[in-house]
Amino acid sequence: MSEPILDAVLPPAATWSRVCKRGTALTLTDIEGGANVAALLYRADDLRERYCMPDTLKAQHVSRIAAGVALYSDMGRVLASVVSDSVGWHDTITGHTTQAIVDAKWGRASYQEFRNAWQPGARDQLLVELAKHGMDRRDLVANINFFSKVAVGPEGELSFVPGNSAAGDHVTLRFELDTLVLLCSVPHPLDPSPDWRPGAVGLRLEPVAAAADDDAVRVACDENERGFANSEAVLA
Amino acid sequence: MTTTSSIGLDAGAARLVDDVPAGAGWTHLLRAGEILRIVDLEGNQAVDTLFFDAHDYANRYSAVDTLRAQGNAYLTTGSRLLALDGQPLVTIVEDTCGRHDTLGGACSQESNVVRYGEHTRHMHACRQTFLLEALKWGDGLDKRDLTHNVNFFMNVPLTPEGGLTFEDGISAPGKYVQLRADRDTVVMISNCPQLNNPCNGYDPTPVRLIIWTAA
Repeated sequence: MSEPILDAVLPPAATWSRVCKRGTALTLTDIEGGANVAALLYRADDLRERYCMPDTLKAQHVSRIAAGVALYSDMGRVLASVVSDSVGWHDTITGHTTQAIVDAKWGRASYQEFRNAWQPGARDQLLVELAKHGMDRRDLVANINFFSKVAVGPEGELSFVPGNSAAGDHVTLRFELDTLVLLCSVPHPLDPSPDWRPGAVGLRLEPVAAAADDDAVRVACDENERGFANSEAVLA
Repeated sequence: MTTTSSIGLDAGAARLVDDVPAGAGWTHLLRAGEILRIVDLEGNQAVDTLFFDAHDYANRYSAVDTLRAQGNAYLTTGSRLLALDGQPLVTIVEDTCGRHDTLGGACSQESNVVRYGEHTRHMHACRQTFLLEALKWGDGLDKRDLTHNVNFFMNVPLTPEGGLTFEDGISAPGKYVQLRADRDTVVMISNCPQLNNPCNGYDPTPVRLIIWTAA
């Protein structure tokens, strides 16, 4: 394993952002099991270009994120690839919590009373992190919920699947373009747990080789071959 | 799936009736209480639609908040289409089709290249229409405001294994969906020009839009 660029822990209910460059990979590790990480991705060279849930799903005919899935921007380029994943299902169709959802579900825990053990919703935390990069609500699109599974029934019924991720489970994103990554480690909005249990998440960023011609994500489908070519076309 | 019968609105009493050809756009202010009917005139036509709070454009339709709140991946009668603030912009009050998509997004030249190949790069696409509609509407609307839309009459089933498929439409000539504005809402439509998949039955056709004022 190469020397990491970053080896850190994102504490429970915390928010983080950083530009992860092409040629690096970020591994998220669910330290205690049951974590959820709301994630948003933007192309660092043009923040108007962003992770696009519908384009990602329809290009690959999937309804969830897992190993082998490319994460597409709204401009037809692959921002990142899921190169390793011990979980198998990461939700991207049910969004994130607002403060109102947290208060209604888990009770109000204000900063005044609880200091930094308060219970923030993901919405405001993500907006604050977006604001650090000059962005706002207009840039808030469908996020990924790493480590969380929302199953879909035959008539479209959505149900949260507890225990989807265990202690030590991980997912690794390799960046195909320089990408601004926002993460927020708060519970999933459909998590039925009566207790507020945000999880800590390990963050390890390290250098990796660029996707080879026979890379598993690149060759997973013709669509991805074209998506990778679109990304590589703007590097020159 | 749910279908409902007409509540008997008379087209003659409408304040607006517009036929929108395939490949064209349409943007209108729907005032609180007004009813918008979208009629699939010839069947199997995808109608890509965005909604904005007329008094705060950044407070726009949120597909993921809508699906999570209703606990279902498809839209039909009773679906409340929520804005980012968690409150409904419009509610589906009638639906003779039975199921509408909000996960498949809008086609673009860029996504067409990914999905179908380089030869489709310069074919017309919904996001071309949306960008033009945003520019024409003005008030600062631009690319950043164009997020995940509704695809009325489009059938995009999800599988228990985590797959997503584009199926032949379940719509038919004359099927319609009817929306009631819960607050002043800007409705932006791209009548989908896509020729490369079955969402329009490979033959994009016109739709009729009818607005009735509040009763």
